[in-house]
Amino acid sequence: MTERSEPPHEPATEPAEPAAEPSTAAPPVTGWRAFLHGRSELLLCGLLLAVGLLVLTDAVTMNTTFAQRGPVGPKTVPYVVGTALLVVAALLAVDVLRGGKGEAQGGEDVDLDDPGDWRTVALLVGVFLAHAALINPLGFPIAGALLFWGAAHILGSRSPGRDPLIAAVLSVLTFVIFNNLLGVPLPGGPLMGVL
Amino acid sequence: MDSVNSLLEGFGTAMSPLNLLWAAVGVLLGTAIGVLPGIGPAMAVALLLPVTYGLDPTGAFIMFAGIYYGGMFGGSTTSILLNTPGESAAVVAAIEGNPMARSGRGSQALAAAAIGHFTGGVVGTIALVALAPAVAALAVDIGAPDYFVIMLLAFIAVTSVLGSSRVRGFASLLIGLTIGLVGLDQMTGQQRLTFGSLQLSDGIDVVIVAVGLFAIGEALWVAAHLRRSSQKAIPVGRPWLGRGELRRSWKPWLRGPAIGFPFGAIPAGGAEIPTFLSYVTEKRLSKHPDEFGKGAIEGVAGPESAASASAAGTVGTMLTLGLPTTATAAVMLAAFQQYGIQPGPLLFERETELVWGLIASLFIGMVLLLVLNLPLAPVWAKLLRIPRPYLYAGILFFAAVGAYAIGGEAIDLVVLLVIGLIGLVMRRYGLPVLPAVIGVILGPSAELQLRRALQLSDGSLTGLVNTPFSITVYALIALILCWPLVRKLPLPARWRQRAGTSAR
Repeated sequence: MTERSEPPHEPATEPAEPAAEPSTAAPPVTGWRAFLHGRSELLLCGLLLAVGLLVLTDAVTMNTTFAQRGPVGPKTVPYVVGTALLVVAALLAVDVLRGGKGEAQGGEDVDLDDPGDWRTVALLVGVFLAHAALINPLGFPIAGALLFWGAAHILGSRSPGRDPLIAAVLSVLTFVIFNNLLGVPLPGGPLMGVL
Repeated sequence: MDSVNSLLEGFGTAMSPLNLLWAAVGVLLGTAIGVLPGIGPAMAVALLLPVTYGLDPTGAFIMFAGIYYGGMFGGSTTSILLNTPGESAAVVAAIEGNPMARSGRGSQALAAAAIGHFTGGVVGTIALVALAPAVAALAVDIGAPDYFVIMLLAFIAVTSVLGSSRVRGFASLLIGLTIGLVGLDQMTGQQRLTFGSLQLSDGIDVVIVAVGLFAIGEALWVAAHLRRSSQKAIPVGRPWLGRGELRRSWKPWLRGPAIGFPFGAIPAGGAEIPTFLSYVTEKRLSKHPDEFGKGAIEGVAGPESAASASAAGTVGTMLTLGLPTTATAAVMLAAFQQYGIQPGPLLFERETELVWGLIASLFIGMVLLLVLNLPLAPVWAKLLRIPRPYLYAGILFFAAVGAYAIGGEAIDLVVLLVIGLIGLVMRRYGLPVLPAVIGVILGPSAELQLRRALQLSDGSLTGLVNTPFSITVYALIALILCWPLVRKLPLPARWRQRAGTSAR
């Protein structure tokens, strides 16, 4: 399904752990990039390994000064989960090195022959973060409309009149339904202050 | 007789004008979502979780159940007219339904599917009424060790029975369990994985996890691979059935629930396996086996009936044991938690009005769906023309609304995005999403029950296996774990092959 794998660096999808990756992909292959080609799933193993270590470290450093009720304290389950994460990371690495491959998820709008347009994903992430930054100062109606408009534009909609109109109507309507009908408060921002 | 009386009272609840409105909203939304590509019922319910802050529980669950059933109805429309299943439950409908549509018998295929869903849903819900109170009564004295083993069963089943790779299923489950660990330990108040952050010590809200994994993850994944060439739906008229087709369909309609209901009730992946089993059964029993693959109506009628009946089975298990067997049920369970209601055996005693109102609304929903779907199928098919940028921008938009509505904090949006990126990576590398969601939702309760059980037994592990019920379930878990050693399951493999060829 996924013959055309990604180059090992997917800017948007791997925010955290490039450092954990060489430990799993250590074999002295000349040019580990070539080795990783088609085996980018090893990055996932590295991620699982890192999370496992994180969970275990957190459990070890827990200071259980609290009165413990019952024989099983708050550390037990993290120990189990952390250890299981390490085991699964190892098993998955073995599976990948043996040529196993996770089947990328299909769908009616998904074209798996497409190598993957990670630039679009990065842009969408950017718009979403901008929304998070703007929602309090600008209020939901404006920030929400910008989110919809921006996302639709990034995804390829190019209608200079219709896009912002739909975005504005959707955003204001949602604001009214949530804020006034359902009683879920959303920030109105300066716009609603004026109205 | 008792449950009949309760059901009649339930109809009283469900027939109130406001609840009727929620049922109608639910089935309309559900059908639209089933027809629309990219949104499944689990994502839809996840996106609607914020309404739980403003709605009363009965109304909310009536709407959610309508979405679940409606999604089944709508999914088969996409399967038949576009040859790409709108939902995983509708994969089988494409095998026979699409050839029927291509040979000009789309109306009959839609009718066979719609009536199949109606029959399956009604028979399944009757089975639910008959069985659920008995199961709840049986389970009412189960204790901590039994609860723990039920959840363990859910973990094992959801990772082992579904999907092509166990190790990837377990990886997904562990990601979910890790997310569930974040926050204060329920018994001691110990901070876990919070890194001193006040924000994280509240834990990560299950709504954020569900919306992030289902909605943001899906939207980003699709955005990376958006199909540029749009597919054309086959134009179709009003659904109807001739006498000959009726004669060929009524038995599959009635056989479907027998397969669908039990499979929906156990943690075996909801509608996927029973719809395929029903397909195989109908093919074997048909007088026209040569027509299979070219548009045999039995191959639409049986599986679609099984699909709706499996939804009834799923609802039954969720209400009686608090055990979600599908992604949609998992998200509905999250909604119960939002209301502070613990689904499980006691639900039938404590929340009588809610439970029976919900069950009665299932019947009402089925009728509404049949009435809506038979005449409106061509209208629904128009939904397939919605521009994809709007669809996926809309998903991101509503996901943001949902996450922000939880606490009115912008930081929640960042957490949501991070979870969404995890969902994206999971889709890229074939990690199933359901185990992670089940891990987040059930993980904390499983830990609580485990520790309670061990508290009662003073730390002795025998405390986990001191009831006949728990021993039975442990045996079942062992069986599931050893199953591939005994025999490689041929069914899912064959099914997957078929799904692969049909969903090209």
